Amino acid sequence: MAEYSYTLTELMAVTAARQIKNGEVVFAGTGLPMLGAMLAQRTHAPDCCIIFEAGTMASRLAHLPMSVGDPRVMRGAATAAGLSEVFTYVLQAGRVDVGFLSGAQIDRYGNINSTSIGADHRHPKVRFPGSGGSGDIACLAQRTAIIALHEKRRFPAKIDYLTSPGWLEGGDSRHEAGLTRGGPHVVVTTKAVMKFKPVSHEMYLESYHPGLTAQQVSDDTGFPLDTQDAIETPIPSQEELRILRDVVDPDRIFLK
Amino acid sequence: MSNKLIGLAEAAAMVPDGATISFGGFTTQRHPMAFIHELIRLRRRNLYLFGHSPGGDWDILIGAGCVKRVELAYEADEAFNTIGSRWRLAVERGQIEWEDYSNFAMVSRFTAGAMGIPFMPIRSLLGSDVLTKEVLTPEQRLADPRTASKKLEVMNSPFNTGEKVVLVPAIHTEFAVIHVQKASLNGVVRIEGQSFADVQQALCADTVIVTAEEIVDEDQLREEPERNLLPYFAVKHVCHVPYGSHPYAVFRYYDYDPRQLKIYHDGSDDDATFQQYLDKYVYGVKNHAEYLQVIGGEERLSGLKADPVYGYSPNLKRRRLD
Repeated sequence: MAEYSYTLTELMAVTAARQIKNGEVVFAGTGLPMLGAMLAQRTHAPDCCIIFEAGTMASRLAHLPMSVGDPRVMRGAATAAGLSEVFTYVLQAGRVDVGFLSGAQIDRYGNINSTSIGADHRHPKVRFPGSGGSGDIACLAQRTAIIALHEKRRFPAKIDYLTSPGWLEGGDSRHEAGLTRGGPHVVVTTKAVMKFKPVSHEMYLESYHPGLTAQQVSDDTGFPLDTQDAIETPIPSQEELRILRDVVDPDRIFLK
Repeated sequence: MSNKLIGLAEAAAMVPDGATISFGGFTTQRHPMAFIHELIRLRRRNLYLFGHSPGGDWDILIGAGCVKRVELAYEADEAFNTIGSRWRLAVERGQIEWEDYSNFAMVSRFTAGAMGIPFMPIRSLLGSDVLTKEVLTPEQRLADPRTASKKLEVMNSPFNTGEKVVLVPAIHTEFAVIHVQKASLNGVVRIEGQSFADVQQALCADTVIVTAEEIVDEDQLREEPERNLLPYFAVKHVCHVPYGSHPYAVFRYYDYDPRQLKIYHDGSDDDATFQQYLDKYVYGVKNHAEYLQVIGGEERLSGLKADPVYGYSPNLKRRRLD
């Protein structure tokens, strides 16, 4: 038990930030990925290049954006262009090292649904916004990190609509579908951190957040989860928390 | 030099019922909102919309009953409202026809249209349900030749048969409406900040209408031609519409309006309160100038003004508004 406190959102933001290596090209979306990318830029990865699909590259964010089309993403950017330049020359060409994704449902191979709930996609029970750039990032980034709320219904055995391809049906199926690179590397949730086995590409439990057990995480997951090597999730440092609270999100836009 | 300047009402009146149209901008910035409010006041019906990541511009049009069919990747205002409520309800109630793509796919479709080629190959969508599941039926597609005859096609590269690509069909619309920072009377256009896909959207439309924050001297724009990405001869009409994107942002001019967005989003998932919003802010005003008074006039707008260094309002309250 640490002698200082932190919230779940802070733990997730710090865990997301630690997925970014210095010098990497990062494709960030709204919310926790932006918190993580801004924190990484101010801690261990000052030379990471933050890209927003609406058209900016290498932003040095001064204020948290509320969208990737927010004028705030222009701050300190090295290049401003449009979606076509970012998707074509950067993402499709293989120049994005890590992309962040989220969604309403995630299965054991890291396939994501952000389109709709219901058996018939023409008459869905619940509609979500749609792919946006997520499906493109899932197909074309060198690796992806998934951020999600951890509830059993959000991690079902089968998702209703496959918006963003993960490891598809595991094994070589992603490659066989014509996706020549990439795939999900890590899943950071409100309860745990999960990764994928090397050959089968099945999700396993890497760590459970402090205060929880591996069994609790497994119970809240809708498919079997290998928990045998799981450890406790490393906690944020005081320095990371200070930067997150005082510099990255002093107005508490996303931090709780 | 031709003068393409016309009034906003006159421009909107050119769009007939059933038109195919795309609007510039991305989720929370540079949507031609004043133009969209005019379309709603005109009670246009059966519009076909094409977009990548629209936000409240589409949501209010869909909610007002102006839209028959959309082809899109995403519809929401991101952190302001993670799903457009009127879009969600229209789908769940079976009131709208749609087809799902991704942002890259939609932008590539606009690009193909702008280039005058029938399709564009991309490496995205493989392995997804966006690739394999169609929402529009073949009958729906055939009934209107303005919708592509099929959603997409997978092919092997003719140069290396091991490589799969997805062909996405070109978009061709009757209208594109984009809201920009500066334009000259004859249609030289200056977009500042992120350009989104505005240029491609404009170049695949028959009629391009530009609404601009400022009308500036053409010679001034010609001093930096590398910053004017849209050929002026592609622009048909220019309208002078200050604060034309409110409640959304325009880089270097004004920020988004969190208060107005909250009013919209708090009420948009309920039919009655959504109707009240339309009655107060759209039907209840004659034009954009009156709308700007109803939302709070100069007092509200001055608080949104962009800081010259940042290009937005760095001290804007965005979450706790009371």
